[in-house]
Amino acid sequence: MKIGVVTFPGSNCDYDCYRALKDGLGAEAVYLWHKEHDLQGVDAVFLPGGFSYGDYLRAGAIAAHSPIMREVKAFAEGGGPVAGICNGFQILCEAGMLPGGLMRNRGLKFRSRPVHLLVERADTAFTGEYAAGDVLRIPIAHGEGCYFADPELLDELEANGQVVFRYCSGEGLVSPDANPNGSARNIAGIINAGGNVLGMMPHPERAIEPLLGSTDGLGFFRSLAAHLARV
Amino acid sequence: MTDFRVEVRVTPRRGILDPQGSAVQGALKSLGFGGVEEVHVGRLIRFSLAADSDADARERVDAMCRQLLANPVTEDFDVRVEALAAA
Repeated sequence: MKIGVVTFPGSNCDYDCYRALKDGLGAEAVYLWHKEHDLQGVDAVFLPGGFSYGDYLRAGAIAAHSPIMREVKAFAEGGGPVAGICNGFQILCEAGMLPGGLMRNRGLKFRSRPVHLLVERADTAFTGEYAAGDVLRIPIAHGEGCYFADPELLDELEANGQVVFRYCSGEGLVSPDANPNGSARNIAGIINAGGNVLGMMPHPERAIEPLLGSTDGLGFFRSLAAHLARV
Repeated sequence: MTDFRVEVRVTPRRGILDPQGSAVQGALKSLGFGGVEEVHVGRLIRFSLAADSDADARERVDAMCRQLLANPVTEDFDVRVEALAAA
């Protein structure tokens, strides 16, 4: 099992992601430079967090058109698993690989703290090791994580079961108080209709060992490994 | 070919929350400027473009806006194109 982590200029969670894959999961991890066109035969691709291109224009807008994204799109169209975390989620939306968009946090504050996430779907390639209804404690760190989509699109996402994670209280209650950024319907992570492209604002790679304050993110990487072992 | 001066104004889509605009509006109010409503903060992108005609320039700029300069999910855009001089 070989998993690629794309590095854009301004990515800053690429090493965290690499380490979660290599040490947390014990997988072979490789960096993929954004200017390359070779995915090196990886079985899955991660678009990590950070501030690609300094968030110029809009968060993720320029990285979405980086050379390697052509291959990442083709990989995803062929069913390959692609996960975007934080800036990676923004890039996937900007690239049109996930519906909706991410806007400036409602309170304008950069939010950097642990949040609770309700697992809505435990039957995806990225969440199979969790159970629906699980409450995870995973950090966020973003200024533009307010998920936006038109009401019709939101209804469609809900009807298709494409909402994977929602911000909730420690008890699993989804409420405005538990929403750190004003995201529509407390949405923290979604998956595409094909079930192989996932984007989420929280950082599971920052919650993989007790020293980091939580190990709840490990299940995310283990889920992907279990999925890859099955296909 | 003609050189065109292009200005693209990108603003938050009408009707959706614009926290930056609200913050600026609040600051203007606290400075004592009355009667200020509906503040929106966007960006201006200005460039020159060599194109065959006004229509050609507009068509290309529209495509640029849809693919990169604006995100139609969250933003509106307005294009101004002005011919400079025939090359």
